[in-house]
Amino acid sequence: MTLELSLNQQPAHLRQGSSIGQPLTRRDGFLKVTGAARYAADNHPPGMLYAVLAVSSIARGRVALLDVEAAKAHAGVVEVMTPENRPPLATDPDAKNNPFMFRLDLLQNDHIRYPNQTIAVVIAETLEAATEGAALLSPRYEAQPARVGLDGAESFVPGGVGIGSPAVHHKGDVEAGLKSAATRIEATYETPAQYHNAMEPHAIVAAWDGDSLSIDTPSQGLAMAQGRIAGLFGIAPENIHIRSPFLGGGFGSKGMISGPQVLGILAARLVGRPVKLVLRREQMYGPVGHRAPTRQTLRMGMDSEGRLTAIGHHARTASSTFDDFFEPAADASHTLYASPAIATSHEAVRLDTGTPLFMRAPGEATGSIALESAIDEAAAACGMDPLEFRQRNYAEVEPMTGKPFSSKALRECYTQASERFGWQRRPLQPRQMPDKDGFLTGWGIGTATFPAIMFQAEARAVLRADGSGLMETGAQDMGQGAWTAFAQIAADGLGLDIDQVDFRAGSSDLPNAGIAGGSGHTATAGMAIHNAGAAVITRLADLATRHEASPLFGAGNEGVLARGGRLYRRDDESRSESYGEILARAGLAEIDGRGTGTPDSASREAYAMHAHGAVFAEVKVDPDFGQIRVTRLVGAFAAGRVINPRLVRSQYYGGMIWGVSFALHEEAVTDRRSGRIQNANLAEYHIPVNADVPSVAALLVHEDDPYVNALGIKGVGEIGITGTAGAVANAVWHATGVRPRRFPIRIEDLLG
Amino acid sequence: MKNFDYIRPTTIPDALAAAAEPGSAYLAGGTNLLDLMKGGVTSPDRVVDISRLPELNRIERLADGGLRIGALVRNADLAHDPEFARSYPAVAEALLSGASAQLRNAATVGGNLLQRTRCSYFYDTASACNKREPGAGCDALGGENRLHAVLGWSDACIATHPSDFCVPLVALDAVVEIEGKKGRRHVTLEEFHRLPGQTPQRENGLEPGDLIVGVRLPAEAASFSANARYLKVRERTSYAFAVVSAAAALVVEGGKIRQARLALGGVAAKPWRARSAEAVLLGADADETSFVRAADAALADASPSGDNAFKIELTRRIVVRALMSALAGTPGRLPALPASPFSSIPGVRHDA
Ligand SMILES: Cc1cc2nc3c(=O)[nH]c(=O)nc-3n(C[C@H](O)[C@H](O)[C@H](O)COP(=O)(O)OP(=O)(O)OC[C@H]3O[C@@H](n4cnc5c(N)ncnc54)[C@H](O)[C@@H]3O)c2cc1C
Ligand code: SF4
Repeated sequence: MTLELSLNQQPAHLRQGSSIGQPLTRRDGFLKVTGAARYAADNHPPGMLYAVLAVSSIARGRVALLDVEAAKAHAGVVEVMTPENRPPLATDPDAKNNPFMFRLDLLQNDHIRYPNQTIAVVIAETLEAATEGAALLSPRYEAQPARVGLDGAESFVPGGVGIGSPAVHHKGDVEAGLKSAATRIEATYETPAQYHNAMEPHAIVAAWDGDSLSIDTPSQGLAMAQGRIAGLFGIAPENIHIRSPFLGGGFGSKGMISGPQVLGILAARLVGRPVKLVLRREQMYGPVGHRAPTRQTLRMGMDSEGRLTAIGHHARTASSTFDDFFEPAADASHTLYASPAIATSHEAVRLDTGTPLFMRAPGEATGSIALESAIDEAAAACGMDPLEFRQRNYAEVEPMTGKPFSSKALRECYTQASERFGWQRRPLQPRQMPDKDGFLTGWGIGTATFPAIMFQAEARAVLRADGSGLMETGAQDMGQGAWTAFAQIAADGLGLDIDQVDFRAGSSDLPNAGIAGGSGHTATAGMAIHNAGAAVITRLADLATRHEASPLFGAGNEGVLARGGRLYRRDDESRSESYGEILARAGLAEIDGRGTGTPDSASREAYAMHAHGAVFAEVKVDPDFGQIRVTRLVGAFAAGRVINPRLVRSQYYGGMIWGVSFALHEEAVTDRRSGRIQNANLAEYHIPVNADVPSVAALLVHEDDPYVNALGIKGVGEIGITGTAGAVANAVWHATGVRPRRFPIRIEDLLG
Repeated sequence: MKNFDYIRPTTIPDALAAAAEPGSAYLAGGTNLLDLMKGGVTSPDRVVDISRLPELNRIERLADGGLRIGALVRNADLAHDPEFARSYPAVAEALLSGASAQLRNAATVGGNLLQRTRCSYFYDTASACNKREPGAGCDALGGENRLHAVLGWSDACIATHPSDFCVPLVALDAVVEIEGKKGRRHVTLEEFHRLPGQTPQRENGLEPGDLIVGVRLPAEAASFSANARYLKVRERTSYAFAVVSAAAALVVEGGKIRQARLALGGVAAKPWRARSAEAVLLGADADETSFVRAADAALADASPSGDNAFKIELTRRIVVRALMSALAGTPGRLPALPASPFSSIPGVRHDA
């Protein structure tokens, strides 16, 4: 293994045609733009039927009546699945054996606990017949009053937030820090419920063959999905084959198999034929997770030089009545700004909604917009430039734990992005930059951060006698470019040109690649690939260096390097041998090797590991109408090694645009009485359009990190939202003098 | 979805005959009707596809100097017709500020006039809605209504008409041509759409089976071409319905307003002709003071129907700005962001 490591980390190797670091275009791009890429719902096995969900229009109560007969009488309807006839499950969908196991609504009873919960599934020969069948069910309900909004129920302190983080956390004495401060601020910010709205709705095509199950469905975590389904149906995971070559976005909503996907499997079981089930857009607002609303209060104290003496960050959030996921918003204050005293706390209410779940930067995004706004208010209260204020409170060690950072090039991010943006010309006071067309112009900054997480992954590498290679891992491409980035890592790991590597992913019969989430997929599966490559090269090197006929005989493992399909003697590159020659002599058609990607617990114990970035935003605001437009975004990010700068940049662009969305657009408008979401469609649930984001720049700041993993990869998928949302809010303040305290920022908030 | 008959007539009389059956709906571009059908908001028994009636696809100059636009002319085709855009610049600007390029390519003139409100309770079939189900009640009252009407609403319905196109049209005295059982009739657009009163389900002057065949603009509508603007405040820069909008058209001579037209969008159940404001403007000095007075007159009867008081002040401001922009003169070419405040400068680059 050490062999390959030293190979990949040699700058000379990088320059001489290695794949890592190359800005390759997406290898699946052609398939996608020509429509040839096969997404889950594109599959039509012979004999397939269509399933359509009938969903609840009340938030709480029970189904009193369903006109199953009317639905069944409709031409083309084959079956109606209700709690009466739903095939049995081996596990109670309400069981929760671990915090990652979320309760599912699988028609286990007639109770309704949120709007859009499935109350029946209609299965028919055509989509149209199934749709009409669902309408003909004409449900009657016994409804109870819905609990809606952050003030809709009594609050409590949850047992933990996010992924097992304590709800209450502190170091030092915040009250004392505030008391001793020369300047103090306190402000409360609200963020709304948001929905993932992946372009591709959750879809499944399921086919049973005895107790074997074949599934096409988008999944960010194939092995987890396989395990969950196996548990529910009481079958062996190996009997379940899931194909998920492409996801039309996931953002966390496809991290765990959702109720509707399992209902598709149940429907197939019930009718004994393959079934396709595709959620309608509005049905995605409920059973597949969302970002919970928050109300966050920040208190900060500063000494006379603008140094923080205390940060208090309290978040109130909401979860469902039947499961536990608590948006860890206040935890954003753990890692970013130095302060002798930091206290974070959470409280929550239980509402009649679907369970909130991970949504791109869960906790980090909600927490960041509040923290970055408050930091800006603190800077203003101290009369300081907000960039200078951030630099004054730069954390040399992780504030909450005191651990050193494994690497942190945030200073460089501040410098590069501010120079590119032209920040030094910014007047301190708001409303100082009317432009020649009469718009109020404002500039704002936000610091971006996201932890460098790793999960567990495995990969298998093969070298073949024809000189080609194969790399297998069940990785998931959500559109981020996994097909390309992993092939690049595989090529380098195998010492082959990328075109000689057959890279296989997106299928559950491949080695478990872990979850494509937490921005940790490239690091985790990438390390597995890298290590699998190293393992097979080590075997190959053994074959060569131990055989007298080889020009490499006697070189020993440390004495060869792999490049372009050949092994070279390190001390004499004129002596080399091709992979094919080595295998032929050994009489082997192929050899393989396996590798895993796992976090190194010793270095994780010793170091705090985070990616960082700085985002600068320019907005224009119409002084009379309060209409806002972001005209410029410049971000600089340091996230360890960049596998493919083109893909990484587009992750940053996407994240930054999502940040604009967070600040200015996204909100699930929930009826205060019924609890039903009123804008569950893409016309009225706004996200930015092209005209909203005229100019975005993402700078890649060099960062070597010897501790996160051997490849030095952190993660880039989520960090872009953080920092950006706050930067936009702060720019709106700088333009207008009005401090946004609820998001998205609305016209009426700025009308004055 | 519910099974329905699909009929594709080739002549207007055939279309009328086909739609004479109760439960029929005309299908034009389908950008609104199909959404409503998929959502179960409307469920016609028979869909009469008029999209291939050739006679309704033309833009014709009339002998009296007016213009006749066939009901099936696509929104994009009309807006991009150079002569049309030159003569009625505010109408072209309004069209291009609506929806997205793809939708405008499909949406038709007649369909745009008849598009239904975007009130979310109207779309949500589990809510009470007097428009969808007369007598059921109105869940928008006391609900999420920050974008609802501030003019002409009733306690039976507080919805707005969402069209951009109709706003300059009503300002320019457009006339709707209707073909019905009793032949052809003409109704001014101002009279065509109705305020809700106690019958919000009656949205316009069409009788069942009536077909809109065209929209006419009278000759004098072109006389405003040098000073006509449409302005639309939105919650994102493009591809959003108006929070409020205004069409303003002036004829100014020697600093005095000789003719004035003003209409508002997003404020009422119909495109709102602000006649009282026009009266204030007529003969007045062409300056901001007059425009502010006109705005006050236009909103004199406005009142919030919910959490939307801000729209009254916003509308006042947009009236003043639209009139100022009209006074400044129609831009030489259509801004890259039509009707957007961010295109207040003629020909400004959209990424400036
Ligand atoms: C996402 C989205 C965003 C939008 N944004 C905007 C916007 O910003 N501004 C804006 O103004 N509009 C907007 N629209 C609305 C759009 O302009 C209308 O949907 C479109 O104009 C309707 O025209 P159509 O030809 O598709 O009508 P259809 O959907 O075919 O018909 C609409 C209605 O009119 C009836 N009808 C159609 N033609 C005739 C006729 N000739 N005679 C009698 N009845 C007829 C139909 O029976 C139906 O009831 C948006 C629409 C969508 C879906
Ligand atoms: S405002 Fe009108 S359209 Fe909306 S719910 Fe009330 S009656 Fe229906």
